[in-house]
Amino acid sequence: MKKKESISNAGIYVILCVMSLIWLFPIVWLILQSFRETPQGAFTKNFLPLTYTTQNYTKLFTDTTLFNYPRWFLNTLVVAVASCIITTVLVLLTAYAFSRLRFAARRPMMNVILILGMFPGFMSMIAIYHILKAIGLIQSLFSLVLIYSGGAITKYYIAKGFFDTIPRSIDEAALIDGATKNEVFWKISLPLSKPIIIYTILESFIAPWVDFIVVSVIMKDNYNNYTIALGLYQMLTRENITKYFTQFCAGAVLIAIPITVLFIVMQKYYVGGVTAGGAKG
Amino acid sequence: MQKRAHTEGIGFLRYFVKGDLLTRLSFFLMGAGSLFRGQIVKGLLYLAIQAGYIYYMITFGAFYVIKLPTLGTVTQTKEFDPALGFSVIKPGDNSMLILLYGVMSLLLGIVVIVFYLMNIKTAYVNQVTLRAGGRLKSFRDDLKDLLDSRFHVTVLTLPVVLAAAFTVTPLIFMILMAFTNYNRDHQPPGNLFTWIGLQNFTQVLYGNPLWSNTLIRLFLWTIVWAFFATFLNYIFGIILALMINKKGIRIKKFWRTVFITTVAVPQFVSLMLISKFLHDQGALNTLLMNLGVIRQFIPFLSNGMIAKITVIVVNLWVGIPYTMLISSGVLMNIPEDLYEASRIDGAGTVAQFFNITMPYMLQVTTPYLITQFVANINNFNVIYLLTQGDPKSLNLYQAGETDLLVTWLYKLTVNEQNYSLASTIGIIIFVICAAVSLLTYNRSRAVQEEDQFQ
Repeated sequence: MKKKESISNAGIYVILCVMSLIWLFPIVWLILQSFRETPQGAFTKNFLPLTYTTQNYTKLFTDTTLFNYPRWFLNTLVVAVASCIITTVLVLLTAYAFSRLRFAARRPMMNVILILGMFPGFMSMIAIYHILKAIGLIQSLFSLVLIYSGGAITKYYIAKGFFDTIPRSIDEAALIDGATKNEVFWKISLPLSKPIIIYTILESFIAPWVDFIVVSVIMKDNYNNYTIALGLYQMLTRENITKYFTQFCAGAVLIAIPITVLFIVMQKYYVGGVTAGGAKG
Repeated sequence: MQKRAHTEGIGFLRYFVKGDLLTRLSFFLMGAGSLFRGQIVKGLLYLAIQAGYIYYMITFGAFYVIKLPTLGTVTQTKEFDPALGFSVIKPGDNSMLILLYGVMSLLLGIVVIVFYLMNIKTAYVNQVTLRAGGRLKSFRDDLKDLLDSRFHVTVLTLPVVLAAAFTVTPLIFMILMAFTNYNRDHQPPGNLFTWIGLQNFTQVLYGNPLWSNTLIRLFLWTIVWAFFATFLNYIFGIILALMINKKGIRIKKFWRTVFITTVAVPQFVSLMLISKFLHDQGALNTLLMNLGVIRQFIPFLSNGMIAKITVIVVNLWVGIPYTMLISSGVLMNIPEDLYEASRIDGAGTVAQFFNITMPYMLQVTTPYLITQFVANINNFNVIYLLTQGDPKSLNLYQAGETDLLVTWLYKLTVNEQNYSLASTIGIIIFVICAAVSLLTYNRSRAVQEEDQFQ
């Protein structure tokens, strides 16, 4: 029995090692490319770089005439922080309302949101573009914040699932003691909801860093207000790819690092949030 | 529900019959029943809503609502201006703005009607309260209510307003667009477009062979894709989680971190990188050729069939760690004695997996699976960033071999400006997603008992 066990464990180690290699391979390759000096271009005869340099990184910050990386980075940071704050507040409030409060419009609203979620998100982009144009906000960073946090109500599902798991009797006891529902939310429910708060913050903070569809429709040719994702996407268009591929890799590494670190540090809460909210038995 | 709305409709008439002068006045002047009874702030707010909407309609909205049935009749023309000595553009109707602002004005109207009915009800309640010798609620009381018995109003107002502006209005606008002929030949402001009924649907379903052929092929591929993308990721993700969590496997944290790193790297970075990596002249082909494994490059992304397999495989790379992350927690909830008992009965690892783990997981995570399936039908990122829908095909209208319906929709709007067809596709995608969800949701215990979890 013992022997069989250790054989199967050895098998698992082998599988895990092979899988780890496969999964880390593109990331290692990305890092290597970001330090590549020669040969130039995206498609070369050499798998590994011949010579290495840190110029790809420094150029991102010094050579900003065509691709203003620092500016884009700042744009994304501003949008991410703003929309993260708004979205988190709105998502938590919505989720709390649907989980804890009982009112006539509760079910109908949840059903409407469910239905809204089944339309492809991109479908409404054209209309949003014209609405923003009508109110004079087009191509601005503020409009991005509005769009990212505008859909907050549709993302309540996981947070609601989490609130559902907090025993109701706690609320009821507080209500009997004369607390208002507002106080119950801030003083009782929120302090118990650390995992889902962190999960929501993480999700909404990361969204602007990785989205490029919304930005591309909204910003069109206003290069100064591009976010990182759209900017990096431009580096890989047919005209630019040979010259800028290695810079793209450097830029990608630079944004991947903070997000990855954030994600790994917060991992525990993230998993706690999803599993408590998304899957219930 | 229907019955209640019905009686309430009569209710409002009854308010008029039974109401005193101020209540009746509220039918014409919003807020009258509050304002003249001492609820000054509330009354003024109602009044402001009425005045604001009337002002909005007169100065702006009415023009568009009136034109809504035709979507505009005056085409933009060029006229020779003798004073300037050259032709100037004489603006006509802009069908798109008519549709957009028309819809906006009507939706605003619905909101105002809700306030209007609230105003009447308040007026009548005030009348009854005063007659019974009660005290009316002061504005301060109303504010207090907003933090307690009417807390849901406070909480939901802002999200609802934002959603109305950036989700509902645009969506209604786009849905209506499916019933127009807004395409490259009917593009405002130069040209008008107009209502054409269900023509887009009949065309794309059977009228236009090229369109319907594209629709059917992309539909089938979308379903195949969503199926594999959802279930392969799910099963392999669970297996990975089981392996990492198995007793006796060391450095669990290390393994988990390795796979989570790939979740954390932004998708557009990893996907665009992989698309260059798998290019015909990309790094992988170069490596394999240098090693002498292959003589000719493998068309990972440029051959229809291989590209389809490639995107599904690459999506495994993207999705397995994510499922692993999520399922780890649920797996730990499976009662250990279930495994214990089956071990005594002589069940092996494989039998346990199929008889205990999977049934348990399926039961608990059905809602997750449905959401994943729907999300994969709409999975724009993976397809667009990897292949942009390519390789192109002449048998398909404005689409490539790996295009999903949703990326086709994107291309129809961005490249082709065929907005009406794109909206039609959008509605078809919605119908598919709704059908999938309805069929499965109703069978899922976790969804049905939503209320009982607490």
